[in-house]
Amino acid sequence: MKILVCISKTPDTTAKIAFADNNTKFVTEGVQWIINPYDEWYALVKAIELKEADPSITIHLVNVGGADAEPIIRKALALGGDEAIRINAESNDSYYVAAQIAAVAKETNYDLIFTGKETIDYNGSSIGAMISEFLDQPFISHATAFSTEGSTAIITREIDGGEETDKINFPLIVSCQKGMAEQRIPNMKGIMSARTKPLKVVEPITIESLTSVVAFELPPAKAGVKLVDADNPAELVRLLHEEAKAI
Amino acid sequence: MSILVFIDQSEGQIKKASYEAAYYGAQVASLLGTEAHAIVLGEAKEDLSILGNYGIKKVHHFSKSELNQFDAQVYSAILSDACKSLNTSVVIFSNNTIGKAVAPRLSVKLKAGLVSGAVALPELSNGFVVKKSVFSGKAFTYVSIQSNIKIISLNSNAFSIVKSTEIAEVVNFESAFPNTHINVVSTNKVTGEVPLAEADIVISGGRGLKGPENWGLVTELATLLGAATACSRPVADIHWRPHHEHVGQTGLAIAPNLYFAIGISGAIQHLAGVNRSKTIVVINKDPEAPFFKAADYGIVGDAFEVMPKIIDAVKKLKSQS
Ligand SMILES: Cc1cc2nc3c(=O)[nH]c(=O)nc-3n(C[C@H](O)[C@H](O)[C@H](O)COP(=O)(O)OP(=O)(O)OC[C@H]3O[C@@H](n4cnc5c(N)ncnc54)[C@H](O)[C@@H]3O)c2cc1C
Ligand SMILES: Nc1ncnc2c1ncn2[C@@H]1O[C@H](COP(=O)(O)O)[C@@H](O)[C@H]1O
Repeated sequence: MKILVCISKTPDTTAKIAFADNNTKFVTEGVQWIINPYDEWYALVKAIELKEADPSITIHLVNVGGADAEPIIRKALALGGDEAIRINAESNDSYYVAAQIAAVAKETNYDLIFTGKETIDYNGSSIGAMISEFLDQPFISHATAFSTEGSTAIITREIDGGEETDKINFPLIVSCQKGMAEQRIPNMKGIMSARTKPLKVVEPITIESLTSVVAFELPPAKAGVKLVDADNPAELVRLLHEEAKAI
Repeated sequence: MSILVFIDQSEGQIKKASYEAAYYGAQVASLLGTEAHAIVLGEAKEDLSILGNYGIKKVHHFSKSELNQFDAQVYSAILSDACKSLNTSVVIFSNNTIGKAVAPRLSVKLKAGLVSGAVALPELSNGFVVKKSVFSGKAFTYVSIQSNIKIISLNSNAFSIVKSTEIAEVVNFESAFPNTHINVVSTNKVTGEVPLAEADIVISGGRGLKGPENWGLVTELATLLGAATACSRPVADIHWRPHHEHVGQTGLAIAPNLYFAIGISGAIQHLAGVNRSKTIVVINKDPEAPFFKAADYGIVGDAFEVMPKIIDAVKKLKSQS
């Protein structure tokens, strides 16, 4: 079985969010870049778990990004990917990124493609479904558990207000979230071997973007907290009722 | 040209998020000088003409039992046909688990640019620009859609509804659709609770509550206020509370009217999922807790002393009204 894991690069969860050039650019100075947590903790680690149970599985990683994405790709290789493909393009347009990944995926006919549930910077939550449409394959989103039974996958996914378990034949695309696997830390052996694992760079296909980012905006600053005395919590209830009209 | 709103009732009834999408779609229609239509797939469990209350002029209903079960591949094929036959220019979804699975597929089928997680009406002064939430609620971005057909999925609670007494016309819709590849083995719905993603009020607890046995302080207040319950990530990780209650950067992002945080420090990753809430109340014994900087109201105090008094005061308020 061949698995493709989509890996994106995002700012660390504690990164300061600030914009420059009249709110048109995200300030990257001092920002630490990580593998998008959903891609790393859930999609990649789940693929590694499947490979541990069945060593005939190969895991490819794909990233659409510039050369500055290579450190996070190497980290993903250190965790346990077999080889990686970097599609040399920078884009914020989900359609463009998904088309690139689908083009690469078509060459290898993966049985299974894993993405994260969403990127923590753009919060698109759309690239996995778009890849599925480009490949005309089924898509299961928000998976919380995954196992295989021959040529069938058994997947539990979040639905609004509950869970659903589905059986579905390969090939398919799955977006992964909490529950799928547990975060791991790369070991020394993994880090050493990652240096020599193949990281292929390919040029993007020509395809238009359908959207573009015009500007950013920070939310308005809070006016400041109104503190109520701990001896008088009823006052808080009164304020919530009369002033905030929230209860 | 018209606006088409996808109404999701596949899980039993029309959701609040779909009414919001309907109302939003009607507003987009009036901006563009056209009509808002809605589409419903699967057998209806409710009177669909009430979508008129939210500004929908016409409901296209594809009533077929095979469509009661959601499958993004099937739904997007039908929606694509519908958009073509109705000459749709803008399609509206709710940005929930269903919208997130269908809208991107439709985007590829129609080569229609998608903005997911919209929080405001499109701005038309310079193209077609939609404001969306990014960086897990820590910022917004304005995204321009360049394609002819445009798709927007709307964040829940981002847009308040004004209802009317209008009634929509309901017409049948039919199109061919592919067979589903998905075989549903089981569904497990959390019943009797207010769904967190749609709740107006959310009462949330953190590690400061010391153990699951103390959650009565959270659930009692939630029951009194008709609220949903939530928790911080470590609380879900150590299994004090179920995973679906975990809010924050790596959990659910919510935007209720009132978010009530008890014994939660307010780490940046937690705030990322809740800072779009309209009013934030923080109960924490540490005056230096970072959450107070993001709060509207707060009490510096011990939750075990403060909460019972708050619950009493709410009971009193409820008995008066
Ligand atoms: C990549 C990453 C992603 C993350 N994603 C998330 C996420 O999605 N959601 C999330 O919540 N966290 C997330 N975290 C974890 C986050 O950094 C914090 O560790 C977590 O939110 C802390 O939870 P807490 O506030 O419940 O616990 P603590 O930090 O332990 O805080 C407990 C608070 O309770 C107060 N307290 C104690 N006793 C009482 C009392 N008797 N009465 C009143 N107050 C009391 C304390 O003063 C303290 O402020 C993430 C972390 C990382 C690194
Ligand atoms: N530039 C990228 N390269 C590779 N995979 C990506 C990229 N961007 C997003 N993805 C994948 O698509 C998922 C959803 O991203 P998004 O639709 O942007 O929220 C992510 O969790 C990744 O698995």
